Amino acid sequence: MTDPIVIARESILEPAGLLDRDLDRLLGTLASSSVDAADIYFQSSRLQSWVLEDGIIKDGNFSIEQGAGLRAISGEKTGFAYSDELQFPALAQAAEAARAIARAGQSGSAKIGQALAERRLYEPLNPIASLSDPDKVALLQRVDAEARRIDPRVREVVASLVAVQDTVLVLADDGTLAADVRPLVRLSVNVIAEEAGRREQGSSGGGARADLGYFLIEDRALTFAREAVRLALTNLEAGDAPAGAMTVVLGAGWPGVLLHEAIGHGLEGDFNRKGSSAFSGRIGQRVAAPGVTVVDDGTLPGRRGSLNMDDEGTVTQNTVLIEDGILRGYMQDKLNARLTGTRSTGNGRRESYAHLPMPRMTNTYMLAGERDPEEIIASVDKGLYAVNFGGGQVDITSGKFVFSASEAYLIENGRIGRPVKGATLIGNGPDVLTRVSMIGNDLKLDEGVGTCGKEGQSVPVGVGQPTLRIDSLTVGGTSQ
Amino acid sequence: MPILTTEDTAERLTRLQEIIEDMLKEAKRQGASDAEASVGSSAGLEVAVRLGEVETVEHTRDNGLSVTVYFGHSKGSASTSDLSPGAIRDAVSAACAIAAHTQEDRCAHLAEAELMATEVPDLDLYHPWSIGVDEAIELAVSCEDAARAYDTRIVNSEGASLSTHFGIHIAGNSRGFIGGYPTTRHGLNCAVIGQDGDAMQRDFWWTTARCAADLDTARSVGERAAARTVARLGGRRLDTREAPVMFRAEVATGLLRSLLGAISGSSIYRRSSFLLDRLGERIFPEFVRIHEEPHLRRGLSSAPFDGDGVATRAKDLVRDGILQTYVLDTYSGCRLGMPTTGNAGGVRNLRIEMGELDRAGMLREMGTGLLVTELMGHGVNNVTGDYSRGASGFWVENGEIQYPVEEITIAGNLKDMFAGLVAVGNDCDFPGGTRTGSWLIDRMTIAGE
Repeated sequence: MTDPIVIARESILEPAGLLDRDLDRLLGTLASSSVDAADIYFQSSRLQSWVLEDGIIKDGNFSIEQGAGLRAISGEKTGFAYSDELQFPALAQAAEAARAIARAGQSGSAKIGQALAERRLYEPLNPIASLSDPDKVALLQRVDAEARRIDPRVREVVASLVAVQDTVLVLADDGTLAADVRPLVRLSVNVIAEEAGRREQGSSGGGARADLGYFLIEDRALTFAREAVRLALTNLEAGDAPAGAMTVVLGAGWPGVLLHEAIGHGLEGDFNRKGSSAFSGRIGQRVAAPGVTVVDDGTLPGRRGSLNMDDEGTVTQNTVLIEDGILRGYMQDKLNARLTGTRSTGNGRRESYAHLPMPRMTNTYMLAGERDPEEIIASVDKGLYAVNFGGGQVDITSGKFVFSASEAYLIENGRIGRPVKGATLIGNGPDVLTRVSMIGNDLKLDEGVGTCGKEGQSVPVGVGQPTLRIDSLTVGGTSQ
Repeated sequence: MPILTTEDTAERLTRLQEIIEDMLKEAKRQGASDAEASVGSSAGLEVAVRLGEVETVEHTRDNGLSVTVYFGHSKGSASTSDLSPGAIRDAVSAACAIAAHTQEDRCAHLAEAELMATEVPDLDLYHPWSIGVDEAIELAVSCEDAARAYDTRIVNSEGASLSTHFGIHIAGNSRGFIGGYPTTRHGLNCAVIGQDGDAMQRDFWWTTARCAADLDTARSVGERAAARTVARLGGRRLDTREAPVMFRAEVATGLLRSLLGAISGSSIYRRSSFLLDRLGERIFPEFVRIHEEPHLRRGLSSAPFDGDGVATRAKDLVRDGILQTYVLDTYSGCRLGMPTTGNAGGVRNLRIEMGELDRAGMLREMGTGLLVTELMGHGVNNVTGDYSRGASGFWVENGEIQYPVEEITIAGNLKDMFAGLVAVGNDCDFPGGTRTGSWLIDRMTIAGE
């Protein structure tokens, strides 16, 4: 049983006793004559998590969530209702509530369509069952032992392991019938190190759309443990971060959170349809230095931000956002694409059946350039080299964005100097990439830990970039 | 789906109470030595309008139950959105399966029976609003209209939205505690966009209350959103410098949240707090009193019992500038050898005692410095107290606002910021469970051009 449509039917529709003719009726109720689009999103999600602390497995949780979200769209108006009961009467009631948005409409008729050929960026597997519970426990204990083995200054280790299987089925009045079974695993390690009364933390981790065996390959789990310890120990040595505008070299990989905040959100179709983004109406204009090409790519096999299809049943794609410095495109869902006369780019995503879809990023990254990373650092007389980051945030309308460094070093005379404490970096999205003066040849994607929040909805995403030199960015330290 | 009526409520409370009892029985049947369970059920309506037209009408209806089982001192938990008998059995089985692999932890146990809430005081949290979709749309439109009419520089809108929610929460455990109560929460918010030359700014305002009659008027919410947006237009950057910084009341709440993060039991027993070992010591100037009032009638964060079933109680967290207590639940209390403070799930209705000065007085007290009205990013390190965040606001000279500023950061260390608190204003003017006036901090580093 590896066809997602079959899995979705057997795990969601059949237990609720929902037949195809019930689905036709629901869709028909939603798609009244004055409705432009209607869809139903069925979801069944299982999550298991384990937490290690003080060297023991302290807690575990298992959760099951299932339900359906029903949506009717008329012009720019959306009616939405959802139900965590999947029996026909509850869904029929939700359909009536959702379609009330289109006031005068008569009941329409709609038939569910034919499933499209599927694609396989990941297997439709259940990662919770991919490793026995004792093996999961043992994996976290090895992580703990490794972190403590490396250095006696390690005082606290908290490690967690999460596995999710998310099965979704989308029906729409445009003939969409599509399903996806999405595995997602994540391992996180947080370490506190202490020396001479000073305490510092270090965090690491990773994840993928894969089974839990992912963490056993090449000792990945232990690598995360070592990385968390390295960061905590580095922070024990860190001095005050500098304050002010300066040249900043960003490392490859996770620092790509810059792209997510500085330009990614601003290029989501909803903000641009409404004219509320600092990038609104700027297609075809220069927003980055020559050589800068940024894409949003939902098609990378196994990546945390990847999807076989988005939450509207649209096949994901590789969308060029900026090409050689010129703004080329926005990310669209069906609603915003229809209202602006374009096509969905497969970026219609939602946190769950209880949330409305909207344009969201998948994996957002900058393509590699030609410079050797060492050459980039050597080119800077005085500046900051930032290699690890916490989260970020952006004000779409003003374009101002921040992202917070958690591992950074001074650059002095072309060499990496002493580590400095974490500091927030702030810039202006529409012009920060115009100050990119060197692009490394070392494109790297992050380890698979990103979660993006928008209007209260969280979805897993990826970022990436090569080493970058930015000629001026404001660093929010304390040392002038 | 109409909002549930009061008559339904009593019936639902009884039904959910039975679910709790069934879960606890099922846990015993499957061999657990102890168990606790909670169940919540909520329904609501949210309408959003933009540029005078309806954008979304959303009917929400959520159910959830969670159960934690103990086998001696090993525990496991499970949750589900399905309240059917079969799902309850499955959830308990899943929790028991987890508990088979977690390890013995002497602090993994229920709260002591004598600490559990024995009665559930009526905190006046339940005031259903029988507003229909059309009326809700009308109110949201009038809110947005007021914002758009406020100033010609308001050129666009992200819209206004109105929400009304009703919920029931019931919790119980195998040592005899069971309690529950219904709550309501209503709100209206508005966000508009202003333009001056090429540059756009967005800002918002909101109102929220347990009872619709306590909401601010739609007009005042809209006008305030517009006034805040217009005030930001023409923002400049600052040179990097040190200066006094005033956190306007609604952003000063973030500093109180940082305090809570640092004195929460889990941060203390994990030794990951910048206020470690400071219990009984001075962490603020002597004039500072910070307290929790969990039983405020109609309070937005009020709760009669905490997540462990322990009765909540009013208390000072900081008195005369001295840290009086950590914020503990049963588990973290046990880890630290202290009794729980009834704070499983957090602190409810946090307040700081306000000073004499109104906002203008606070600005005069600062003289020359930065008034911060918005913060961005997560640059607060709970382990070290290091603080570095993006900011926008106004540059102030001689107590008078000079011009808006943006794209700057403010940085310092929370230990120094707390000790360097010069004054707290009496200018609390935002809705929410946390109440504070503006905070004036003696000195921080501002990074800009």
